[in-house]
Amino acid sequence: MKTLDAVIAESPVFAGLTQEQLEFIAGCAQNVHFDEGQKIAKRGDAADIFYLLRMGEVALDVDVPNKNSVRIDTVESGQVLGWSWLIPPYQWNYDVTATELVRAVSFDGACIRGKCESDPALGYALLTRFSQVIVGRLQATRLRLIDIYGADTH
Amino acid sequence: MRAVLAPEALEAIVDVLRRRDWRVIAPTVRDKAIVYGEIASATELPVGWKDVQGPGSYKLERRDDEARFGYAVGPQSWKRELLAPSVRLLQIKRTNGGLEPVKDAAETKRTAFFGVRPCEVAAIKIQDRVLIGGKYADEDYLQRRENSFVIAVNCGEPATNCFCASMGTGPKAEDGYDLVLTEVLDGTHRFVAEAGTDEGAELLAELPQQPAANADLAAAEKVTDAAREKMGITLDRSDVRELLQANFEHPRYDDVASRCLACTNCTLACPTCFCTTIDDANDLSGEADDRLRKWDSCFTLQYSEMHGGGTRKETKSRYRQWLTHKLSTWQDQFDTLGCVGCGRCITWCPVGIDIREEVAAIRATQEAKS
Amino acid sequence: MAQTLTETAGSLEAMTPVPYAVTAKRQDTYDTWTLELEPVDGAPIVPGPGQFNMLYAFGVGEVPISNAGNFETDERLVHTIRAVGSVTKALCAAEIGTVIGVRGPFGNTWPIVEAKGKDVVIVAGGIGLPPLRPAIYHVLKNRKDYGRFALLYGARTPADLLFLDEVKSWQCNYDVDLDMTVDAGDTDWKGKVGLVTKLIPPAEFDVDDARAFVVGPEIMMKFVAQELMNRDLPAESINVSLERTMRCGVGLCGHCQIGPTLICRDGACYTWDKVEKLLAVKEL
Repeated sequence: MKTLDAVIAESPVFAGLTQEQLEFIAGCAQNVHFDEGQKIAKRGDAADIFYLLRMGEVALDVDVPNKNSVRIDTVESGQVLGWSWLIPPYQWNYDVTATELVRAVSFDGACIRGKCESDPALGYALLTRFSQVIVGRLQATRLRLIDIYGADTH
Repeated sequence: MRAVLAPEALEAIVDVLRRRDWRVIAPTVRDKAIVYGEIASATELPVGWKDVQGPGSYKLERRDDEARFGYAVGPQSWKRELLAPSVRLLQIKRTNGGLEPVKDAAETKRTAFFGVRPCEVAAIKIQDRVLIGGKYADEDYLQRRENSFVIAVNCGEPATNCFCASMGTGPKAEDGYDLVLTEVLDGTHRFVAEAGTDEGAELLAELPQQPAANADLAAAEKVTDAAREKMGITLDRSDVRELLQANFEHPRYDDVASRCLACTNCTLACPTCFCTTIDDANDLSGEADDRLRKWDSCFTLQYSEMHGGGTRKETKSRYRQWLTHKLSTWQDQFDTLGCVGCGRCITWCPVGIDIREEVAAIRATQEAKS
Repeated sequence: MAQTLTETAGSLEAMTPVPYAVTAKRQDTYDTWTLELEPVDGAPIVPGPGQFNMLYAFGVGEVPISNAGNFETDERLVHTIRAVGSVTKALCAAEIGTVIGVRGPFGNTWPIVEAKGKDVVIVAGGIGLPPLRPAIYHVLKNRKDYGRFALLYGARTPADLLFLDEVKSWQCNYDVDLDMTVDAGDTDWKGKVGLVTKLIPPAEFDVDDARAFVVGPEIMMKFVAQELMNRDLPAESINVSLERTMRCGVGLCGHCQIGPTLICRDGACYTWDKVEKLLAVKEL
């Protein structure tokens, strides 16, 4: 079994950070797990935590009045869940549910955020990396807007 | 086999062929233009006429001699005869819940094309390659082609839009004919004839003739040499395949699109344009479909129509398709150029777009040459 | 010309439809049906994986449709058709016993035999699965000749996913790494939500020894090819199938050109390196 430090260091989202920065982040991290169906976050909740998924899958849902909740995305193992901890107003945008047994590393976003305020180098490094996560989601969302299967092949 | 024919011998050509029960299609004057039609006598040829062509303009004028072939090319090409504008490929009948495809009986009557220009001989060779030279062949085209007999006439009077010398297809036909004539107008009006096939030689043998002297052959050579010199080189086709494929997004296409009406004239007049559509037309009884093959044009939106819309919505894209196909991608597809330099697309363009100018403009400001 | 051209001319029967009867029919989704066809008389057409046929509905017209059958075991023609135009609607409305016209098989084949010994990655978008089915059957029948087999399948909604039972049976019986996603889920959908491209980063295959086969809308194939190349799979190892209007299906009518290539004659299967630049030119 890998140590928490090793898992963090190997994740693409933290790749390239200095040893000192990694150690600080590892100090804010712990292993967690969620059972199938367990709620991980609720829209509007304070977003003080983000996750690195090591196993399993979570769903992002929006509750639409007069409809059942709409599943707008899923996040799978290896990916980062949550970027709202980094950007005001630090609130979850979606309901997050484990759709199967999930093992993850959770990070104390509020703690890291505080450190970023006083350490611009770390703040810049993390903002750059999480921008990629956000841009990736944005691109995928835009492509789905095109409705690529609309003008389909035979 | 070579010989010299007097102008009166042209009548003998028509006579001999018609006695064999062949159709003879030749240039004639109709509606103030040189058009191809069936003739019964050589007197129906456009005797003493010339054509004056420019970008978007064409008119016939009188000559001061009795030349039989003193003009370049008219709006039509022999494509009309070989790749007919609309043809029934077969009929599909509904029978007892089943389907029965029925083909019409093959046409066996021979047709002589009398007065085929070297550029048009080249165009026929190109269409042969496209329509019968691949894995699958167009049966109707093949039939008509087998029935055809080509009497070529070399060019002495190229029009201003002619550029066969640039494309290497004229003004002298090198092969692809049964019989070729060169009309010589210096002093004695005569034709120098040369057979290209056994059938051509058989016809020539039946004609009143004189042996061809060296002076006659030299005079004939002078006719085409003068025509070549008069035309000059007006389209630089060196590396044109690479040039156009490296410049698909050249701004010149925006410029030409502001002039092009997407009227399809160039594709209809072009002797090599071969695009067709298949139309299954139901008869009134509802018991049979006629499968029609009809000329189509890459300048229409419907040409590229798929469910969900046409893939070439802009005129720019359609002109680019046509130009790059003619001079560039045709070479990838069929290992030959798709343009013979007949100039029809220039003459019959209502706004006078000149393919030579468009290529030159792209060449002058190319983005990259690969 | 003396009668010499016929000797060298190509085949003349390409434009004549052969009568085929609909012998089975199944509705796959709200707008898609699968027809099984057998010749009214005579020997059946035997297509290769990736080839298409021209299907003719009497009184309406003709369209190119990919072969979706299992040529390994079955001589019936199988075509999965989405009812989007007048001809495809007429074909989808055909009853068992209806006779339609078939011309083909036309076009080239997937280089699936050439992929022997390698990992195979199939990426299907929406109704892109049927054209890949013959290649999938080939790999399944010769499963031990191939390495890992990833089947990545995306569609707009769960209702658009084709052949779900069959796809799941492949997963169970043939050691297929199946991964699916939909653009928009519904309350019953328990699987992934998101673009089909998201299935590529986690898929397990050896980029140095794999072949990908991708079919879907052109825009989907572009993003999928890009994602595969982001994993360092060479463009030469990515196969796609292109589509343009076709009238003749045999290289005579000119409609299906994209630049230097005629899709019906040179394709419809291409490696990505051959077409990437062409597809990048708007309205080529």
